[in-house]
Amino acid sequence: MLPDASAPLNTVSHGRTLPPEETLLSVRGLQKIYETDGGPIEAVRDLTFDLGKNELTCLVGPSGSGKTTLLKCIAGLLAPTSGEVVLDGKKVTSPPKKMAVVFQEYGRSLFPWLRVAENVELPLRNAGMPKDERSRLVAEALDNVGLSHVPKSYPWQLSGGMQQRVAIARAIAYQPEVLLMDEPFAAVDAQTRADLEDLVRKVRKELGISVLFVTHDIDESVYLGNRVIMLSSSPTIVQEDLIVDLPDERDQLETRSMQRFTELRHHVYEQIQLAKKGFRPDDAVAQSRG
Amino acid sequence: MKKAVVWIAFTFGLPAILISLWWIVTAISPNFFFPNPGEILVPFFETWFGPRLWLDVLPSILRFGVGVVIAMVLGVVIGVVVGLNRDLRSLTEPTFEFFRALPAPVLIPPLLLLIGPNDAMKIFIIALASIWPVLLNTVEGVRAADSVQNETSRSYGIQGFRRVRFQVLPGAAPQIMAGIRQCLPIGLILMVISEMFNTTAGLGFAIIQFQRTFAIPEMWSGILVLGLLGYGVAVVFRIFERRILRWYHGLKDLENAS
Repeated sequence: MLPDASAPLNTVSHGRTLPPEETLLSVRGLQKIYETDGGPIEAVRDLTFDLGKNELTCLVGPSGSGKTTLLKCIAGLLAPTSGEVVLDGKKVTSPPKKMAVVFQEYGRSLFPWLRVAENVELPLRNAGMPKDERSRLVAEALDNVGLSHVPKSYPWQLSGGMQQRVAIARAIAYQPEVLLMDEPFAAVDAQTRADLEDLVRKVRKELGISVLFVTHDIDESVYLGNRVIMLSSSPTIVQEDLIVDLPDERDQLETRSMQRFTELRHHVYEQIQLAKKGFRPDDAVAQSRG
Repeated sequence: MKKAVVWIAFTFGLPAILISLWWIVTAISPNFFFPNPGEILVPFFETWFGPRLWLDVLPSILRFGVGVVIAMVLGVVIGVVVGLNRDLRSLTEPTFEFFRALPAPVLIPPLLLLIGPNDAMKIFIIALASIWPVLLNTVEGVRAADSVQNETSRSYGIQGFRRVRFQVLPGAAPQIMAGIRQCLPIGLILMVISEMFNTTAGLGFAIIQFQRTFAIPEMWSGILVLGLLGYGVAVVFRIFERRILRWYHGLKDLENAS
């Protein structure tokens, strides 16, 4: 298939919204302004998009594009200046029970005084879940991430990739509906990263949870996602919302060597380059209007 | 076998050299007030493994123990409350630093008048002097809680008292233990000093009494008891610390190795 013969990309220059029955998470007009000693800094200007049920959506943007700010607002860890986040019809004002976060800094997110299984168990113990149920969920979660053999190790005795697996196990044992991942594989080596990407796809499919995956890695966003939301440079707005129409079965070798993968990757790369140069769809709109 | 010999040589080498030196010095220039080690050995057993054990030594240790435990418990509790609250921190910091800087023994004369020459006063002064390192270290340890750990707790609904129990206290434990390590010798010093005023029993009292009655070898043997007591406290602390902070030492060993 020649490049110019390929199907047009399914993309729009704003965040997609969905009918209520398909929607799990809604972000509406989200804005975040930090008040600093040097005056207010607008990190996120206006973000609107929906996350559907059973979706793996990647958020990708140039560095400093407010990705982490956005994720923290969605997670209920940070209050937006205006706009709102709605999960399952309920406005998010504090970290919701149905949400789990996997942080980039696995070394600091796992508690070094707890062993692997204890780390996974802690949120359940905190919620007052009975011991039997806890043990079952912990065993299942560790099995899901391929760490059944090290429950008694301390996290810091494991490699970086394994530590991030522990963090993922902790998140899925918590039985969330939405899993938020903040550049989770930025600090692991390339081979480990490929394994972890496949792990996320597998876990998402098996457990039927929705994943919002923040990354600065363009290849990763296209390989992982059903959909890629590209963010502009700060103050952030949605630059483009692209459907990744690759086959559902992804394979590090097969998928990445597909023509369509290359096209999608190429497109996302171009958009991110534009964003880095300061191109913003709202400017374009303003110009065409003016 | 060889390892054991090396261990013995390292552990007892320096004490053996010092005792030998002591012996040589006292043999060359005998001094009534500075007896040789042999002269202290017999009074050491005769004096301290008799009635004085439960009349002087054990009550002293008990007062030390009670005072120091009060200091640890209050230090950690107040430290956590203050450490978690920014306003409370800036409100209390100058005052805490003032009391920490104040040499506690000067408070004994007024406390003798206020409380009286009894056990309560001695325990009070031991606790008062040894609380500061625990308190200030706890405040610092709690304040410096890792931001990612805090966010992890919040995102998993670990809040309030359970956050203190599951995250804040374990995270601050290395610093708290450092405070406790500092508080023990302070408690021991105040134990002795508090027994040197207006009292009739205790290790500190006994040493002063021996000095006044020119029971010189007995006086030195009391100092030996104190030294051994301090050493014993440090050993017990070390065992507890190794157990509580096993993860921390493992982590540090790993970091140092790489």
